[in-house]
Amino acid sequence: MIKRRFWAVILILVSLLIGYFVYSTENSTSKFKFKLGLDLNGGTELVYKADLAKASSTPAEIKTSMDVLRDVIERRINVFGVSEPVVRVERVGFTGGENEQQLIVELPGVTDIEAAVAMIGATPSLEFKLLSTDAEQLSKDLEKASSIEEKNKIAEKMFEYTGITGKLLKKSQLEFNQTSGEAMVALQFNTEGEDLFAKVTKENVGRRLAIFLDGDMKSMPVINEEIRGGKAVISGNFSGSAGIKEARSLVNNLNLGALPVPIELISTQVIGASLGKNAVDASVQAGLLAFILISVFLIVWYRLPGLLAVIALMIYTAINLAIFKLIPVTLTASGIAGFILSVGMAVDANILIFERMKEELKKGRELGDAVKEGFARAWLSIRDSNTSSIITALILFFFSSTSVVKGFALVFLIGVVVSMFTAITASRTLLLAIRNDKAGRLLKFLFGAGFKK
Amino acid sequence: MIIVKYRKIFYAISVLLVVASIISLSVWGLKLGIDFKGGTSIEFQYGVDRPGVDVVKGKIETLDFNPSIKGSYSLVPYGQNGYVLKTRNLSEPERAFLMGAIQSNPAEKIEFKKVNTIGPTLGQTSTNKALISIVLVLICIVLFITFAFRKVSKPVSSWKYGLISVLALSHDVIIPMGLFAVLGHYLGYEVDTLFVTAILVILGFSIHDTIVVFDRTRENLKNSRGDKNAKSFETIVGESINQTFTRSLNTSLTTLFAVLMVFLFGPEATKNFSLVLLVGIFFGTYSSIFIASNLLVTIEKFQKKV
Repeated sequence: MIKRRFWAVILILVSLLIGYFVYSTENSTSKFKFKLGLDLNGGTELVYKADLAKASSTPAEIKTSMDVLRDVIERRINVFGVSEPVVRVERVGFTGGENEQQLIVELPGVTDIEAAVAMIGATPSLEFKLLSTDAEQLSKDLEKASSIEEKNKIAEKMFEYTGITGKLLKKSQLEFNQTSGEAMVALQFNTEGEDLFAKVTKENVGRRLAIFLDGDMKSMPVINEEIRGGKAVISGNFSGSAGIKEARSLVNNLNLGALPVPIELISTQVIGASLGKNAVDASVQAGLLAFILISVFLIVWYRLPGLLAVIALMIYTAINLAIFKLIPVTLTASGIAGFILSVGMAVDANILIFERMKEELKKGRELGDAVKEGFARAWLSIRDSNTSSIITALILFFFSSTSVVKGFALVFLIGVVVSMFTAITASRTLLLAIRNDKAGRLLKFLFGAGFKK
Repeated sequence: MIIVKYRKIFYAISVLLVVASIISLSVWGLKLGIDFKGGTSIEFQYGVDRPGVDVVKGKIETLDFNPSIKGSYSLVPYGQNGYVLKTRNLSEPERAFLMGAIQSNPAEKIEFKKVNTIGPTLGQTSTNKALISIVLVLICIVLFITFAFRKVSKPVSSWKYGLISVLALSHDVIIPMGLFAVLGHYLGYEVDTLFVTAILVILGFSIHDTIVVFDRTRENLKNSRGDKNAKSFETIVGESINQTFTRSLNTSLTTLFAVLMVFLFGPEATKNFSLVLLVGIFFGTYSSIFIASNLLVTIEKFQKKV
């Protein structure tokens, strides 16, 4: 008995500590502050599709391409001084296969889409491709082709993927043709690029190597001999003073990083800061009211155990919030809704235990036995029903396409797992600590539940 | 026992609602939001009293777009002093042009709250994913229940428990969908990815509820095994429902309290979401108590006849 009470005291102390951690880390300097999503904080989200269809590469190559893509965009955003940007790559999922990849850019605090799109849009993509040996035949087919799909299919065969892309670029500089005085953009590859460039040129002497910038072909020189040293030049498009200007900005952009594949903007979302602020206030208010309403209900209906359930619920809330901070989970409006919902469901474990306890008491068991039996019998239901919730949460998390749904699923999953944990620890320990084998009438009344029938 | 005795009445209520939902779904269908269709949505708020819909429409329709958005957009009042404008998928320059036109009078102090553009391919992907997740959840749950109830194969085999749960689940999901078809038709309610999430949560919640009642039946069946004066299956199921009745009701009540608060006081963004949940959880509880276990009895009776 004393041991039980000792544990109950420890449990409450630890929970208070966790609660204090949640509370005290909410000042502006702590790194454990709640992370709020764009919908709560205001900001811009841009979703790009990476155009990998033409690059017939292996999954490993796609992965490096996407990693380079992410790094380049990240570097570019950092230049503009956006605080805490998030750039992440996401596979579009099982339907699209490896070739469907998205790049998601989140810019907190940025509400000017045009500026944001222009900032990222200035990143060039650079690819070197070999002109197919069947090019002549293919271009004849292209003329004959009637549907757009057919044309696209043929156009894809026109060029062969070489693996020489912007990710291998070391630096770029502006040069001028000695004779014509025309501007040129000189490219220098890194060591890996040097080797690959030499290999490709050696094996394909006599063929044409096309240079693609942002998906458009810029030039298509003939390979005369093996090229060592990893140097290449983009020329033929930069005449006059406008041309020089264009070449100069291209050089600057290439030096900030070139993309290995072209990207296409497919979705933008901007949320004003005030909307986010309102959403946070509304969510907090809804959460508090829900908690109060549930507490009143539990105490009125289940009396003393109900009060214990409310304490268990507070412990549950503290642990949950602490986990949100530690992982950290980015909270969105839907995530908070998921959390409030999970509070409602966390009560279920307690209700199951209490109802069972009540039955055991009716059978004439002693209070102590009733608590133990009630818990043991309720456990199977708690376990099985929560397992099904976990299955749902996992499927939502892995197969959802939007961050809105993912945010919800993660919070919900954490909520269900923590609620099982607190049912075993908090609710049980508290109940066992309070039971008294020589129960008086008062205690029996306090443990009685519901209204007399 | 009353619940088992009058099961046909409960079946009738459910069948009626499900049929009505299916009819409204097939006649009107769900009004898909830009999450699924692709498109542009602009939410803006006036710093002063908002002008009438016609005034704002007038401003938009004078714009020269190619192809035009005339006749193919919607402008709906939103919140206190705002509007939500939905159009086809606009390109960046088009969108900037449109926003500039709306904002042309500085005295109106217009603030853009939310601007969202979703490309058609992304919309298609979301639709596919939504459908696949729902089917996956259903399959996984049948498998899980078949597994969890493997020891109670008499008199009703465990996969039938799974099948019944899925029937009950479909009921819980079709009704709120039907409601949204009606709301979409009359009030312009659109469904978005959060709607799909809500449907999946209803699946999770309702299965949670159904399992608790089944679990009781499982336990009572185990206890009655070997008993010479064993009660009939019907009686056992009836008792199980009675024993779990208060719990089912109380759990649903607390969850409904939580969702109701989100609906009443939560942010605009999760209003529809919590409405779907309210309806779904209500019917989820209903089906767990009045439909799922009763179907066990019906199946058992049917097996005896055959």
